[in-house]
Amino acid sequence: MAEQFISRGFKGRARDTDRARKERIPPGQYETKEFPVLSAGPTPRTPIERWDFSIYGEVAEKLKWAWDEFQGLPRETMTVDIHCVTKWSKLDTLWTGVSVDTLLAGIDLDAQPAVRYLIAFCDGGYTTNLPLADVRGGKAWVVYEFDGKPLDPVHGGPARLLVPHLYFWKSAKWVRGFELVTEDRPGFWESVGYHNYGDPWKEQRYAGD
Amino acid sequence: MQDNDLRLDGNAAGGLLNEIFRFEMTAAQATCGGCGTRRPIGEMMLYQHGMGAILRCAECDTALMRITYIRGCYCLDLSGMTYLRLY
Amino acid sequence: MAEQLKWQLCTVVEIRQETPKAKSLILDWPEGPTHLAGQHVDVRLTAEDGYQAQRSYSIASPPGDKHLMLTVERIEDGEVSPYLTDGLRVGDRLELRGPIGGYFVWDARNGGTDGPPLFLAAGGSGIAPLMSMIRHRASKGSKVPTRLLYSSRSYEEVIYREELDRLSAHDPSLRIILTLTRRRPSNWTGYGRRIDRAMLADTAWPPAEKPLAFTCGPTAFVETVATHLAELGYEPGRIKTERFGPTGG
Repeated sequence: MAEQFISRGFKGRARDTDRARKERIPPGQYETKEFPVLSAGPTPRTPIERWDFSIYGEVAEKLKWAWDEFQGLPRETMTVDIHCVTKWSKLDTLWTGVSVDTLLAGIDLDAQPAVRYLIAFCDGGYTTNLPLADVRGGKAWVVYEFDGKPLDPVHGGPARLLVPHLYFWKSAKWVRGFELVTEDRPGFWESVGYHNYGDPWKEQRYAGD
Repeated sequence: MQDNDLRLDGNAAGGLLNEIFRFEMTAAQATCGGCGTRRPIGEMMLYQHGMGAILRCAECDTALMRITYIRGCYCLDLSGMTYLRLY
Repeated sequence: MAEQLKWQLCTVVEIRQETPKAKSLILDWPEGPTHLAGQHVDVRLTAEDGYQAQRSYSIASPPGDKHLMLTVERIEDGEVSPYLTDGLRVGDRLELRGPIGGYFVWDARNGGTDGPPLFLAAGGSGIAPLMSMIRHRASKGSKVPTRLLYSSRSYEEVIYREELDRLSAHDPSLRIILTLTRRRPSNWTGYGRRIDRAMLADTAWPPAEKPLAFTCGPTAFVETVATHLAELGYEPGRIKTERFGPTGG
């Protein structure tokens, strides 16, 4: 196979990681101080008076909150590292939102143990799938502030899912709710070759990894 | 709408589509399964930022083509398109 | 049917400063097939650690020219354009594939006045593929009535300005209309604002003449022009668009 031609002097965007932070960067990733915008579609512009968040599915309960009600839920602020499958990682990102545990509190999951998966659905049609176990126990939030300011639409505002222990495509932008199901169903990227689970520490980028 | 300025159109997908199809694809006509609009691929909206290429209907934003290229394999989802005319 | 394109290497034979921010790369591509005016190439850069970045650039030279010309505008925080405008040296090689495109293309056919009137609307570096069309038209002796409406930030930033002046001075069937959106020379009597519906109503061919329109440049520019031309009565199938992204490539 022919050797790849190297463009003399081309460096691309900064990809060197400070040694002191290296153990926080999963394999194959580099640290960025920027916040790249990756979108699979146009930025939705749902007016806040029409926004709501729903939880439904193969469960007996149906929950829904309008924006004001959602804002009234107990809120948390947390600092987490995020890792994108396109190889950039951003450390110490600050978010404010509602824990998924709070949102699921109104669903009696213990009484419905066959329901083990969640499909997050979003304005614009994006979906991603997660095991319920990965969004409970303080591992996930629906956030509406980044860095102390309302979440910018290009980064998923008014609200996005945040699941920092998995690749960032699982932190679905413009999230509008969860469908709770008994059988896993691959979402937007999972259905075209990306890993179904997406653990950055095991480098689970693509199906079969 | 400033961030929609990031989008390109189907012209910029010409090289990728040439890897997969034996036809020149930017002039190929596709019919949208969402709204029935029929336009050349060159007039579709292209979102291509690292994970894959998504071609969307210029009228209704339905994803007509989703393409990823992973470890030498192409994955294509064309379920948003009902008709494709190649010439 | 299209040939499967392969990545190939070409050599930089000349780097020409067009405007303070734009340079043309003149490339020797021995195996390069003849292209059609309006087509582009994909350029791929590879760093030593294997990292790759890829962008598309319109071919600015006409079909039949010995060398390929790409015109690149430097985007300040860009990843690829600063390398092409300031990193490359004459003698360096560049990896590219093409020519690509069958939608945004124009053929002068047999020259003469054969073909519908052409309306070309360029925003910034979006002039590149339209310049290929204008140069191709000139080389074929075509007298198809052609108008170019070209939006730039200032007079100094009009790419190919002298060549456009020269071509139109000798050809009454080619008319160049500039609009300068940020700065104008003190004696400027031309348009001095962003393209809008009124300017298009004044400069574009009437729809009754069944013109063919090509517009290229930043995404917002292209969408504005296309929308207004459609409102003015141009058939949607006769408004061809090519978007360059946020700042024109």
